[in-house]
Amino acid sequence: MKLTQAFAMAWKSMSQSKMRSFLTMLGIIIGVAAVIVLVSLVGGFSADLSSSFESMGTTNLSVMLMGRGGSTVMEPDEMMALKEQHSDLLSLCSPEVSVSATLKHGTASMTATVTGGSEDYHLLNGYTLAQGRAVAYADLSARSKVAVIGSYVAQELFDAGQAVGQTLKINGDSYTVVGVFEELGDSSESSADNVVVIPYTTAQRLGRSARITSYTLSATSTDTVEAAIELLESTLYEKTGNEDYYHVSSVSQMLDTVNELTGTLTLVLVGIAGISLLVGGIGIMNIMLVSVTERTREIGIRKSLGGKRRDILRQFVIEAAVTSAVGGVVGIVLGIIAAYVIGSLLSMTVVISGTAVLIAFSVSVGIGILFGYSPAAKASKLNPIEALHYE
Amino acid sequence: MQENRHHALIEFSHISKIYEMGESEVYAVNNVSFQIQKGEFVAIVGQSGSGKSTCMNIIGALDVPTLGEYFLDGQEISGFDDDELADIRGKMLGFVFQQYNLIAKLDVYENVELPLIYASVPEKQRRERVMQSLERVGLKDRVHHMPNQLSGGQQQRVSIARALAGNPSVILADEPTGALDSNTGKEVLAFFKELHREGNTIVLITHDNGIAAQAPRVLRLADGRLVDDCSGAQFRDRLRTLQMEEAPT
Ligand SMILES: Nc1ncnc2c1ncn2[C@@H]1O[C@H](COP(=O)(O)OP(=O)(O)OP(=O)(O)O)[C@@H](O)[C@H]1O
Ligand SMILES: [Mg+2]
Repeated sequence: MKLTQAFAMAWKSMSQSKMRSFLTMLGIIIGVAAVIVLVSLVGGFSADLSSSFESMGTTNLSVMLMGRGGSTVMEPDEMMALKEQHSDLLSLCSPEVSVSATLKHGTASMTATVTGGSEDYHLLNGYTLAQGRAVAYADLSARSKVAVIGSYVAQELFDAGQAVGQTLKINGDSYTVVGVFEELGDSSESSADNVVVIPYTTAQRLGRSARITSYTLSATSTDTVEAAIELLESTLYEKTGNEDYYHVSSVSQMLDTVNELTGTLTLVLVGIAGISLLVGGIGIMNIMLVSVTERTREIGIRKSLGGKRRDILRQFVIEAAVTSAVGGVVGIVLGIIAAYVIGSLLSMTVVISGTAVLIAFSVSVGIGILFGYSPAAKASKLNPIEALHYE
Repeated sequence: MQENRHHALIEFSHISKIYEMGESEVYAVNNVSFQIQKGEFVAIVGQSGSGKSTCMNIIGALDVPTLGEYFLDGQEISGFDDDELADIRGKMLGFVFQQYNLIAKLDVYENVELPLIYASVPEKQRRERVMQSLERVGLKDRVHHMPNQLSGGQQQRVSIARALAGNPSVILADEPTGALDSNTGKEVLAFFKELHREGNTIVLITHDNGIAAQAPRVLRLADGRLVDDCSGAQFRDRLRTLQMEEAPT
């Protein structure tokens, strides 16, 4: 007997008892759908995280200074000097001073985080200028009251395209808007476009704190990240003699950690969903065993008409495989739909992974074959005479 | 099957089938020998438990004897394994059962097609042969009926069409009229006679002496032994004697 014939027979016998086939498939459908939903949501979550990390730049390094009494561990000038001295490892450097402030222009007002940085700040954070200029080196020593604003701030406080050259009041002090950043996120309140950047020297005054506790630097390439971290750590250790006073981390390190975490999370969740697939497989085995018993006479007839063991075996295995494959396809479709529905309800990003779909499909076919085999083997070994007389 | 004039189509040589029942042994068939030539119409008759079905299972390659040799078209097949026997059944034998044994969820066409699928006959030839045998039994217009949409007689004709489709060397019928009313039974019997006239070899198993007597040759079994091997006419004569001893059914 040809394989195509065997498929036709399997399809026929499945489609003739639709309700039973559906119930047989249910375990597989639920298992596969659960796997697809989980993988898609976790995938979306980790893609979101990765992209937000990557927008910071994978060569970025962050230095946190915990302080030592009241004095700053490392002054901006020292940090700049270190960067100049090791230009083979470090390319950009900006202190970071964040102050929450009220912004006003005319009658419009809003609250935003104002960040003080160096002339490298916008480069380190992936901003490009739509209009005007960024904070310049000269602004730092002059403590100029200049501000570069994000597209959300520009849109909230100023007429379109009219921001540059206007006065912006930050906690009552007047600043001149010298530049507007290109939209980086989606120009919403929670995006990277809700930003005001001023020289860090100016920000130190605004925040009434002289201490700089945070720096962002950039390694010259992804290959020098490790060496740059070592350089910073050894320099800081020499200065403080205590590892607790500073912390150096890199975006790529964090990214690795996050990827590792989401990877583990995916495995655990898929493992749990996989149990449902196993239960589905046992369901298939159960129904196949019942079906072999019910069809004992049919098997006897088939054997009397020349059906060999392998013909009967193949028929039942293919039936199980086709059942679970159809269940797998239905589960994949339902899973994708459910992932998008849940994703939009919880406003989560959904990433459908082709690999996951393929694996889910192959696993369900595999389960059908695995759990269909022993009932099929039982059927194929039936004695034709006894089978023919089975009532 | 190519013809070979030097041997019988079916040859039983000292065949016994023994069942172990705990301590004792039951001889379902006991040292039976006979030959059936190509083109013969033979009835195997006997009372319940006389060993008819056991004989038919052996002839039909559904079972192998415990002792003796069984030659089918010159081939000794008592040592064959499951799959080899299945192959022989598919290629050489056509079964007609008392209970029709059609597969309920396949339609008439698919039921008749089944042995051809197992014999790997190509699709186009299958179609021709299915239609030919359905035409032969007069059911060409019921091709896509399901078995339960047909009368008993029609179902039995479908099962005959299925037996014919594979172009078998032997048609084996086990109580083919058993489930039918007497008129339909007569029709089916007449049909077997017709098939015989067309050159088919037919072995018909029945407990009904009246039916057996209509076959050109009768083998009678009693307690697993072959007790009569005679023509239908001779059997009718013997029946009269038998009727005096035991009331036939
Ligand atoms: N599988 C078996 N195990 C044990 N004994 C068996 C088996 N099959 C048949 N027999 C015995 O062999 C004998 C012959 O049985 P068989 O079925 O061939 O008779 P039969 O002539 O077909 O009878 P009936 O007309 O009732 O169908 C009976 O005594 C039966 O009990
Ligand atoms: Mg019997």
